[in-house]
Amino acid sequence: MVNMIRAKQPLGPNVVELVVEAPRIAARARAGQFVVVRLHERGERIPLTLADWDPGRGTITLVVQMVGKSTRELGERFGIGDTIRDVVGPLGSPSAIRRYGTVVCVGGGVGIAPIYPIARALREEGNEVIAVVGARTKDLLLWLDRIAAVSSELHIATDDGTQGVKGVVTIPLQEVLTARKVAHVWAIGPAIMMKFCARTCQEFGVPVTVSLNAIMLDGTGMCGACRVEVGGETRFSCVDGPEFPGDLVNWDLLLSRLGTFTDEERYALERYVAAQGGRL
Amino acid sequence: MIRPTQVPMRERDPRARTNTFDEVPFGYTSDEAREEAARCLQCRDAPCMNGCPVNIHIPKFIREIREGDFEAAIATIKQTNNLPAVCGRVCPQEVQCQAPCTLGRRFEPVAIGRLERFAADWESQHGVRVPEVAPPTGFRIAVVGSGPAGLTCAADLQREGHAVTVFEALHEPGGVLMYGIPEFRLPKRIVQGEIANLRKMGVAIEVNAVIGRTFTVDDLFTEGYEAVFIGTGAGLPQFLGIPGENFVGIYSANEFLTRVNLMRAYLFPDYDTPVKVGTTVAVVGGGNVAMDAARTALRLGAKRVMILYRRTEAEMPARVEEVHHAKEEGVELHVLVNPVRFRGEGGRVVEVECLRMELGEPDGSGRRRPVPVPGSNFVLPVATVIVAIGNQPHPLVPRTTPGLRVAGGGTIWTDEEGATSREGVFAGGDIATGAATVISAMGAGKRSAAAIHRSLTRSRGRA
Repeated sequence: MVNMIRAKQPLGPNVVELVVEAPRIAARARAGQFVVVRLHERGERIPLTLADWDPGRGTITLVVQMVGKSTRELGERFGIGDTIRDVVGPLGSPSAIRRYGTVVCVGGGVGIAPIYPIARALREEGNEVIAVVGARTKDLLLWLDRIAAVSSELHIATDDGTQGVKGVVTIPLQEVLTARKVAHVWAIGPAIMMKFCARTCQEFGVPVTVSLNAIMLDGTGMCGACRVEVGGETRFSCVDGPEFPGDLVNWDLLLSRLGTFTDEERYALERYVAAQGGRL
Repeated sequence: MIRPTQVPMRERDPRARTNTFDEVPFGYTSDEAREEAARCLQCRDAPCMNGCPVNIHIPKFIREIREGDFEAAIATIKQTNNLPAVCGRVCPQEVQCQAPCTLGRRFEPVAIGRLERFAADWESQHGVRVPEVAPPTGFRIAVVGSGPAGLTCAADLQREGHAVTVFEALHEPGGVLMYGIPEFRLPKRIVQGEIANLRKMGVAIEVNAVIGRTFTVDDLFTEGYEAVFIGTGAGLPQFLGIPGENFVGIYSANEFLTRVNLMRAYLFPDYDTPVKVGTTVAVVGGGNVAMDAARTALRLGAKRVMILYRRTEAEMPARVEEVHHAKEEGVELHVLVNPVRFRGEGGRVVEVECLRMELGEPDGSGRRRPVPVPGSNFVLPVATVIVAIGNQPHPLVPRTTPGLRVAGGGTIWTDEEGATSREGVFAGGDIATGAATVISAMGAGKRSAAAIHRSLTRSRGRA
């Protein structure tokens, strides 16, 4: 049945992998695209970048960080055999996959999952893919086997040093950019991580593509909630992006707009948790 | 002796109604409808019909109401209009059917819109008759977009016996009727009722199908559809293009209204989608959408709502009734005012700087062009801004359909019947004309349906 959850597994604390039946989306999905899901009749529309898809099986894979009310609900209350009310996509413009030479794919935290199909597509196109992944701690690293399978080198960084180098992803990124002639960098992760990756790449004069996680509503270009400034111009993440040249993004604006509904998000989460009889 | 004025339609009290999203006008009772219908002169040349984009036989349905035969009245309307409950509420009748009304030369014109609404509501209370559908022709037609143009086109084609599938990008069909027009002006159950009737006729509706992403127009032909109608509307919001427009607290009207109407943010946290409205709200624009946004902001708790419009009230494109309702509810009209920049604190908008305008020579639209008064800058404190200065055609289908000729302003080029530059592809409504009205989109959907039907029937004749 369409939109039914076929598989589900935890990938770490508060991170869950879901395989969802969505044959139409799986048939057309390309690296860099996303879907919008709505859990139930009263649900909000949440954008989730595609982590994988299988046209043969007709499924898509989503990796969800359970941070707010809706993502917690999806991770905690939806299991195998449950159906998500609405799944629409694939949305957004696909990544510009072509032969660059040597490329670096940086994934931070839950951003490791959506960097995977981009790395895979770049590799299939004949690029040498160097992967850099990072997280706060070892338990939050995910899909290392998959990333390793599509890259020639895998560099790991954790904030607490529990795996790989101690520190943030820009440390190994810097090392790679120093040692190798890199044609292009992709970075997906928290906005602040992408901001610093973009800065590092700029220092080395290497073009960098980032995937922006702006607030979205329809996801099809109708509302402008996701507007960002790129090179001084207003663009819509949902249709003009979500990928943009990282060196041109107005990161402060993105971060500030991400906080538009902080109070409401907090309230909705507290209310949800209370209704579950649980704690935050 | 003819009653010189229209029978008034009872409305919710202006003070009480800003606490609720319930519909403002109550509609006529049977007696009121018959009294109003009795004012119609039954002109033989029926000038009113020329003002109706879908050519409803107006004198006939009004006569039937006068005679108390409400079932006949709604049947007459539905011969040419499949969404009467919608049109009776949102059509700008004062510039359409009611403008040429003979009675209007001396008195108030017949309240044709209110009578249409009455007939439609009467039917929904007394059991809706699903229109008869011709025997199946075997032709499959795809309709892209489920707004007024798409729904009308789908209904007319299904009635001819074709198998119609409507593709809708959002999770609920209805297009602007669902996401754009607020509950207090067009209750969603009415739109849902009209769509349910369409389904009863056999129209298939697929939601969450974004043409240009999930499928392309070419995919639809590959899938076996013999004709495609594109009614994807004007969904791309325009912004002012002035400094500070991306501060938190500045919404496009599309975002603001979609949050509230489609996503039911006014019921947050029972519904998950939030919307935030500050104490002082500025709405930029003078159309129906601006009035809808302003009145919605009041209902969400704003203490002061200002409409900022660069011309005068006389030039406002909004329906007279909408402006009237907005003023009644306490919306302030600030005319001859144009925002030039926003100022923010901590990323959130706190002020809008405006220039005063004066009216100069007439421009291309025939309205006098607003000209800035130099040095007239002034500042208004605001917590929320809603930009309602119009929408452009949605670019997704034109961008992803090779060979589709695009005309000025991003519209899809069509001939008078809605045929595009691509064989078998028709388009109508805002995507072909630029932002206009619900009823003109319906008229376009109708014309395209007729053209599609003719071309399919002709092709069968050849085969």
